[in-house]
Amino acid sequence: MIGRSERRCFLMLVVGITALCSSCTSRQNLQPQVFTNRVQKQPTGAKQNMSEAEDGQWMMPAKNFASTRYSGLDQISSANVANLRLAWTFSTGVLRGHEAAPIIADNTMYIVTPFPNTVYALDLTQPGSPVKWKYEANPASAAQGVACCDVINRGVVYSNQKIFFNTLDNFTIALDAVTGKELWKTQVGDINKGETMTMAPLVVKDRVLVGNSGGEFGVRGWLTALDISSGSIAWRAYHTGPDGDVLIGQNFHPFYSQDQGKDLGVSSWPADSWRIGGGTMWGWISYDPDLDLIYYGTGNPGPWNPEQRPGDNKWTCGIFARKPENGDAVWFYQLSPHDLHDYDGINEQLLLDLPFNGQTRKVLVRPDRNGYVYVIDRLNGQVLSANPFAYITSSNGVDLSSGKLIYNPEKDPQAGKVIREICPAAPGAKDWQPSAFSPRTGLVYIPHQNLCMDVEGVEANYIAGTPYVGANVKMYAGPGGNRGEFLAWDPIKGEKVWSIQEKFPVWSGAVATAGDVVFYGTMDGWFKAVDAKSGQLLWQFKCGSGIIGQPVSYRGPDGKQYVAVLSGVGGWSGAIVAAGLDPRDPTGALGFVNAMTDLPDASTKGGMLYVFALP
Amino acid sequence: MYLHCLSVSRRVTNFRLTLLRRFRVTFTISTIVAVLFVTSCSHKEAISAPAAQQPSHVPGVLRVCADPNNLPFSNQHLEGFENKIADLIANESGEKLEYTWWAQRRGFFRNTLKANACDVVLGVPSGFEMALTTSPYYRSSYVFVTLKDRDLNIKSFDDPELRKLKIGVQMVGDDFSNTPPAHALTRRNIIQNVRGFTLYGDYSQPSPPARILEALVNKEIDVAIAWGPLAGYFAKNSQVPLKVAVVSPQVDQPFLPFVYDISMGVRRGDQQLKDQLETIMDKRREDIDRILEQYGVPRVDKEYLAGTR
Repeated sequence: MIGRSERRCFLMLVVGITALCSSCTSRQNLQPQVFTNRVQKQPTGAKQNMSEAEDGQWMMPAKNFASTRYSGLDQISSANVANLRLAWTFSTGVLRGHEAAPIIADNTMYIVTPFPNTVYALDLTQPGSPVKWKYEANPASAAQGVACCDVINRGVVYSNQKIFFNTLDNFTIALDAVTGKELWKTQVGDINKGETMTMAPLVVKDRVLVGNSGGEFGVRGWLTALDISSGSIAWRAYHTGPDGDVLIGQNFHPFYSQDQGKDLGVSSWPADSWRIGGGTMWGWISYDPDLDLIYYGTGNPGPWNPEQRPGDNKWTCGIFARKPENGDAVWFYQLSPHDLHDYDGINEQLLLDLPFNGQTRKVLVRPDRNGYVYVIDRLNGQVLSANPFAYITSSNGVDLSSGKLIYNPEKDPQAGKVIREICPAAPGAKDWQPSAFSPRTGLVYIPHQNLCMDVEGVEANYIAGTPYVGANVKMYAGPGGNRGEFLAWDPIKGEKVWSIQEKFPVWSGAVATAGDVVFYGTMDGWFKAVDAKSGQLLWQFKCGSGIIGQPVSYRGPDGKQYVAVLSGVGGWSGAIVAAGLDPRDPTGALGFVNAMTDLPDASTKGGMLYVFALP
Repeated sequence: MYLHCLSVSRRVTNFRLTLLRRFRVTFTISTIVAVLFVTSCSHKEAISAPAAQQPSHVPGVLRVCADPNNLPFSNQHLEGFENKIADLIANESGEKLEYTWWAQRRGFFRNTLKANACDVVLGVPSGFEMALTTSPYYRSSYVFVTLKDRDLNIKSFDDPELRKLKIGVQMVGDDFSNTPPAHALTRRNIIQNVRGFTLYGDYSQPSPPARILEALVNKEIDVAIAWGPLAGYFAKNSQVPLKVAVVSPQVDQPFLPFVYDISMGVRRGDQQLKDQLETIMDKRREDIDRILEQYGVPRVDKEYLAGTR
């Protein structure tokens, strides 16, 4: 059975409310394309796994363990969001890419800046939300030279009156949330070995879970659990190497045969290649308290070229389920075995309960970099469906009986060979930018990019005193010419419901609310509210710099609902602005510059928090 | 594997980091100045501005961009051959010599030369896109390095012996890029007996790229394939006699060169400094050759093979 069915001829019903649009003309203001006629139907039955009472706070970047980024607040609704006003702002004073989510707990907002990773606590009970305390992490300056793709940070997490976060130079730090006092600081990696940290931790019971970045430098990837009180390392699971290092033991029962066997983290690599095999962990972790399992993905294999590492290269580019207590692996599924295109498997997993063939299944939904939305049984790792949400040439679908991705051999990059139109490009159909899910509509809202790449020619390059040959990688817009898209996805039917085309990659996160509004931002600085059911643009605000941060929503001490987002362009996609790359060198930022030469005209840099409310 | 060494190397690591931090503090101030300068003009102006309007070298001070920890090329103790050549050039031009230290990793050129933190990089491949390059001052090659007492005589990637030996090769890690020997082995399907070493290495150790040669001396591998200057210097200073042989033929057809011309690199548009450097290079040719010889740099422009003992 092939999961990627022939591309459907979607019924394209463009919502014909063009009259409304005369008041809000902008080149960004494309009407959503609607792909099915089920838009106004009842919710499909998809549910957020763990329904929890809305407390008006936002204590972790993903909002909840299920990673739905859904706010139960409904004061701001599709009916009144057009009146949304700027409430207050805060400048971070940092010019690099701002990917973090503001975190709100106990009437305080916490934000962490990109390098130099300063944490601010803002007092929401006071007019203008002044700074309550500030913590300067002072990371080693040299860490900036190790970060692959801008010196970003994806956020702090709040738990038990403590703030936890990672620094670019590999420290995990715990702060007293009330005073900002440092409680502990543990070094978990080493910039000298090419490691950095950019991900936001997740706190599960008494464990702080963190992972490393740096697959490009021959880093060996891991997930590490620290004790919440002492900061000591409780366990570390590597993503290459012998079972003992990977914490694979008696409880490991992967669904598919290719993931079963002893020491596959060694035998699926040539000789000792796993020792510098990549498989880092710089993305998102979810947790199911009922099953007591954490779920997270692993990065791409590196620094080897694909031809140099025949084999599946376990356990890279896949999803692990583990016990949070001791790290024991329970199952693994490999999204992109023997990765050919830099499709890191680190994206978010939304834990939902979905009706499937008449049964309610506990699933995780993963919109992956390789272009498919996977629906996976989270008890055992079985792939229930895998449907393309983007234009794909690099593979021809997922075989649901074997679980294997079916590569297109014509798009296999090889040294000295020109390969054109590899879609999605290296950042994938969707990178780190997290989706949201609304239990009211049953839809997953996916911010993503529409990019293809050519890999051609060879040019002399130079590192550490050594000349070598580099491939000329150029990225450009995929079919349609838009480089980004924001879409609503029906995870049961496995198809697009509506989508909004954006000029630039949509590199921000998304938030869905009980007011049936979905928020996201664009790289040219527009913060947008769209109708959760139809995708219709309801409101937009032009921020000072492009938005690659994660929007959140909370209830203030005054009882009002607020929406907050960091603006400040950068990241891999925005490095042309944040790092001042030369637009004349199309291969800059690993080829991303070619697709972004007009971004400097659309956005300047600068980190600023924007908070909105109704009048 | 790497983190197992953490506790052992922490002291050294901290020491290095302190050093790096100090170097970069000096640098940061000039960066801020550079950023202010750049942001004061709009982007469109920056694009359309002719290259000649980019900042030029200010006579009186020769500001060199260099790696503080990468012998035999350069280090902060000024022990590398590029340090010696920089001395020679500054002497000849009567200029004061200053260094901006930055690990030669991704972003090196952007953060040093392009940020106007310094004016010249002593070694870059001729025609390198990120700089204006002088005429070359030496040509070297990738080399096979073996223990002399093994009496191996490997010169070509087509030598059938290579299939039986444990081979060390350096890896880069950018998407679809790698060192020419890594590609050459792959093309011949020589894979299972290859051990990869990252070119970045562990920066807390001296000269991180040299680990491949230490592994050879420790008999973890039978043959190391490395860039000539690194291998030649290591062989010259090794207690264990090593044999260094340049890769032959020089090009793996159709596209993979093992031989590179090395030039000095200045900011694009800084023609004046390029001319100045070329004049000095011509005048002091013999002294530069002598320095390269002292460091055991294998030359293929002079049919000269250094570093063999």
